[in-house]
Amino acid sequence: MSSGNLVPKNSPDPAQRFKSEKPFPAQPPKPGLDEEILWHKCPVCKELTFIKHFARNLKVCPHCNTPNRLRWNERLNYLLDPGSFVELNSDLVGADPLQFQTRTESYARKLQDTRRKTGLNDGLVSGYGRVRGQPLAVAVADFTFMGASMGSVFGEKLVRLAEFAIKNRLPLLTISNSGGARMHEGLFSLMQMAKTTAALAKLGQAQLPHIALLVDPCYGGVTASYTMVADVILAEPGALIGFAGPRVIEQTTRQSLPQGFQTAEFLLDHGMLDQVVERKNLPSHLADLLGLLKVKPLTFKQAFDFTPAFQKSFVAPEVGN
Amino acid sequence: MSTTAIDPVVERVGVITSPLPVAPVPVEDTWQKVKLARHPERPHTHDYISRLFSGYIELHGDRRFGDDQALIGGLACFEGRNVVVMGQQKGKDTRDNIKRNFGMPCAEGYRKALRLFRLGEKFGFPIICFIDTPGAYPGLQSEERGVAQAIAENLLVLAALRVPVIATIIGEGGSGGALAIGLADRVLMLENSIYSVASPEASAAILWHDASLASEAATSMKVAAPQILQMGLIDEVIQEPDGGAHTNPSESAGLLKAALLRNLEELEFETGETNGGIDGLLEKRYWKFRSMGAWQQA
Ligand SMILES: [Zn+2]
Repeated sequence: MSSGNLVPKNSPDPAQRFKSEKPFPAQPPKPGLDEEILWHKCPVCKELTFIKHFARNLKVCPHCNTPNRLRWNERLNYLLDPGSFVELNSDLVGADPLQFQTRTESYARKLQDTRRKTGLNDGLVSGYGRVRGQPLAVAVADFTFMGASMGSVFGEKLVRLAEFAIKNRLPLLTISNSGGARMHEGLFSLMQMAKTTAALAKLGQAQLPHIALLVDPCYGGVTASYTMVADVILAEPGALIGFAGPRVIEQTTRQSLPQGFQTAEFLLDHGMLDQVVERKNLPSHLADLLGLLKVKPLTFKQAFDFTPAFQKSFVAPEVGN
Repeated sequence: MSTTAIDPVVERVGVITSPLPVAPVPVEDTWQKVKLARHPERPHTHDYISRLFSGYIELHGDRRFGDDQALIGGLACFEGRNVVVMGQQKGKDTRDNIKRNFGMPCAEGYRKALRLFRLGEKFGFPIICFIDTPGAYPGLQSEERGVAQAIAENLLVLAALRVPVIATIIGEGGSGGALAIGLADRVLMLENSIYSVASPEASAAILWHDASLASEAATSMKVAAPQILQMGLIDEVIQEPDGGAHTNPSESAGLLKAALLRNLEELEFETGETNGGIDGLLEKRYWKFRSMGAWQQA
């Protein structure tokens, strides 16, 4: 297994057209608190792993195979060709449309604190890059930013990325883990479900593939919108995925839930996703999928019919094709 | 909203200014609204269907698993035109509520809705949706059968459905379970209805792990119809009789009918061949939701 370090094969690709913006940072924006900690204690099997071995094992517990949560940049480091990622729209920040304020909590304040702590402006990072030489648009959620909850910025960035993918004929990979909609933006957050899914309907009409990778945990509005309408849905082993959380279900229904409820394997058994893929196999697996779901260039007729904007930018031919 | 063309420069498309801050409402007033929206005597979907439509034929089942009584719908005639009508259905009493699962559909309810959307599209019938649910059912069976996928698929299909769609929140509009039949060309709300990202109780549980703070959650999330209109997330607030819809169901139905008819006639006019047709309507529908959000440039 020597993924991640292959030299990109075919250089004249669509992603070559964009040579701007900042390069993918080699280091996390904030190195994290566990710098001095030498051992990782697995939350599942409680076994200890030397931190360097743990990192070399892609932060998967070598004893029980539980994948640990990853920051956005760790995730992309493990997945994309080195140095290939270029971020888009990183400057969008939440606007607190409700002026959300309770006795104990202020959203504006919380946003400010979280931005400082995480080095991110919101819970979704979007851009483009390559997996084993194949270009793609990619969005990755970072759970450390308010549980990667979906609010206006999350939705807007995802929609801009889908539109970017359409414009540049790139496949789209979304990597989602999220607590659901962001309560602090109220109904604005709910509407992001409509907005993102509508954008993916457009991506589908443009015959571009959307691959969704669900990682632990993925709930609520994110599961019930753009992720579940992907052409291919993948998940990491053991990832918890669902609509309502187990606590809510137990409180509402007093049902006792079966073992393994809402794990990736449970969803696979119930026909809700395509494959459970181990972290170390993801780059090759994605590359294989992208190879099969080859992006077809638009025919003139399709380009012409596609949107009014396209129609305006072309001179109408004498005889339509 | 008049923009219909996609700007070729996607990275800069649709920069939308933050909406004006919505005026706060005292906790008691908000909770009063929530109680009105949930009033047991408040007219529910079936009451409006029987008052507003003629020749209603209920259609049952999702053709995949079962017939969810928490979401009903079928074919009907509305002021001289055939339509598909549907909505979440709460019960009239405890027994009915158990049958209706308190208006909380499972996956099969949303798949019934999906089947009805497609039926309407096939025959060119407008879709009229009544939203009245605390949310999709949070249960084992619901999860097993993929309620999240059912909601997501409805959103995907509604985004491109080639007939006019009007959704009205008549009582409670809670979470994805409401939105699953709410991605519409026109979204209306009755004056005393509420619309929220999650039910007030669920929101409080998510925010503070304490469902008893529901009134505080509802207040800070601004769930009342006039506030949501101010945010620009719905098109119209429909007046109710003094004291709420339950005090005079027939007057309430009359007001709802007038609003539905006016909006439907406008949409029919817009979809006329000389006014952009269905493709124009779909572009507008896309941009309606595409524009929803509030952010700033750091
Ligand atoms: Zn372990």
